[in-house]
Amino acid sequence: MFHIVKKEVPKTRDKILIRVGAVLAALVLSSIIVVFAGANPIELYIGIFQGCFGSIHRFGATMEKMVPLLVLSLGVMVAFKMQFWNIGAEGQFLMGAVGATLVVRLLPNLPLPIMLLCMALLAFISGAIWLMIPAFFKARFGTNETLFTLMLNYIALTFVTALQYDFWKDPAANGMPKIANLPGNALLPSISGFNLSILFTVIIVLVMYFFMNKSKIGFEIAVLGESENTARYIGINITKTVIIAAIASGGLCGLVGMFQISGVSGALSIEITGGLGFTAIIVAWLSGLKVPFVVMNSFFFAILLQGASYIQTAFQIPGSVAEMVQAIILFFILSSEFILQYRITLDKKKSEVA
Amino acid sequence: MEFVFFLSAAVKAGTCLLYATLGEIISEKVGHLNLGVEGMMQMGAVIGFIAGFSFGNPISAVLCAALAGAAGALIYALLTVSFKANQTVTGLTLSIFGVGFAAFFGKTFVGKKVPEAITTFFQPIKLPFLGDIPFIGDIFFNQSVYVYFSYILVIAIYIYLYKTKWGLNTRMIGENPVAAEASGIPVDKYKYFNIVLCGALCGLGGAFLSLVYISVYPVNVVSGRGWIAVCLVIFAMWNPGKAMLGAYFFGALDIASFWLQKYNLPVSIYLFTALPYLATVFVLLFTSMRKINNKKEPAWLGKNYFKEDR
Repeated sequence: MFHIVKKEVPKTRDKILIRVGAVLAALVLSSIIVVFAGANPIELYIGIFQGCFGSIHRFGATMEKMVPLLVLSLGVMVAFKMQFWNIGAEGQFLMGAVGATLVVRLLPNLPLPIMLLCMALLAFISGAIWLMIPAFFKARFGTNETLFTLMLNYIALTFVTALQYDFWKDPAANGMPKIANLPGNALLPSISGFNLSILFTVIIVLVMYFFMNKSKIGFEIAVLGESENTARYIGINITKTVIIAAIASGGLCGLVGMFQISGVSGALSIEITGGLGFTAIIVAWLSGLKVPFVVMNSFFFAILLQGASYIQTAFQIPGSVAEMVQAIILFFILSSEFILQYRITLDKKKSEVA
Repeated sequence: MEFVFFLSAAVKAGTCLLYATLGEIISEKVGHLNLGVEGMMQMGAVIGFIAGFSFGNPISAVLCAALAGAAGALIYALLTVSFKANQTVTGLTLSIFGVGFAAFFGKTFVGKKVPEAITTFFQPIKLPFLGDIPFIGDIFFNQSVYVYFSYILVIAIYIYLYKTKWGLNTRMIGENPVAAEASGIPVDKYKYFNIVLCGALCGLGGAFLSLVYISVYPVNVVSGRGWIAVCLVIFAMWNPGKAMLGAYFFGALDIASFWLQKYNLPVSIYLFTALPYLATVFVLLFTSMRKINNKKEPAWLGKNYFKEDR
């Protein structure tokens, strides 16, 4: 009847047109749900825009949501480039936050710059270790990394739960299960809602752009992702490349843990990730594993997240609507990828069907 | 006697996991890692409750739940089978969608009670003969019909996968779709069938929670059990029989922290919640290190198959 053919590389103009079309189609469908929720969709979309850019404070909140998502997505991207399906960003994020908190608990009196440096370092190492475990077993025994990293998310989560409810429970919190707030010398300095992690993120983006596109190791990661045999043939040290990529990927996700507790939440808790580790996977994938698009899409998702929390208070619309809208947009974009890459041709002559 | 109570409660707690796990097994057997289990369970739970609350009929409530889960799976199947979208990303998106869907449509029902007619229908019924066996009878055969149905499903799915031509084809597609296509098996049709059936079973698992397990509808009824089901598939090594044992083991761990509270154990009870995941990691490592191929994941798990791309 018909068959599907892979297209030649689509033109940039087509790419933009089809993706914008997909988002628009998703918004039309979402509007129907919004009407169901008893609101005017146009008003709502304007509300989202105002919630993100309406004031310097709200823009700061948008940036606050973008920073962790962007760095996590960059981390996930490195592993994906190597065809290593790290879906454990959530766990690396948590373990990074645990590492950073550990520094504060062991050495509470360090001066601010040294404290922040040590926290960042240990967060990076903790996240890296959390990914090195599945990376080691993948390299050595071929253990499925998608399933393993998924498990490690929940092991990290239960570990933090035990810390929060038991081992590190703040005795001064009147029985509330929470971990003590970080002292002032462990908090990222901030100016009117914009904390220092934004600056670090800019640096990370530049470094990652260079790392992925200009450096030898970035090239090796890409080759390894395309074909292990090719990589071996041209003399790439596979073990070394895998280790470096795993350190970069897990480490970046771990670093976000430090950014989050030191810059946003002020304390380690089971709620700090807010599912961002999973959203990051979607962002990295939709961006085609390219740094500039990761930045763009993180910004787009940050708008959705911030807009969602704004409309919840301003319009009394449940935040779950935003979750659904987000998922619907994603469904449409995922389908649009198909239109971009494949073409359906009708078979005119029956004899052609083999 | 208290231990028998505990095991009976573990079977009940494990039943929602069992439904979802059986579903995910048949989806993974055909090569599709569907991480949307949580989402499909949420959709089933909320639609099942709404239907039950509105019609007061247990059968229609359960059917609606299965349809809701199947509808979620259909989106996934359309995207991953026909549109060749990445399975991990699509599954995660489906989970986000399902959680939002359930929170949105369930909002007005939070705090509402399950109708009397449904609670009565799903009350534990002691089976004749089987129920009189000491211990075993109290644990397994003094349960709700919803639980009994899951026993039948385990057997049915075992027969489907291992004793029928369709099951053989299903497993072949999961191992090697190229060879399956070459031998004339309609690959895409099988994929659609298994994925949608998986969704229906996940929907049933969710509805077990909202109609049988709880009496008052809470804010988040599934609350992460879908992810445990994904682990359980690995723990059970893709085998329906082991899935049953695993589901009750995980169910026991799920309620263990609550039961152990009164004993003042020297270890943190919160560490118990990590046990299902640790056990799963252990199984995953063991099967991959020993290279036990018939107990490993299907070879094409997570990879899409593009016929014209061979």
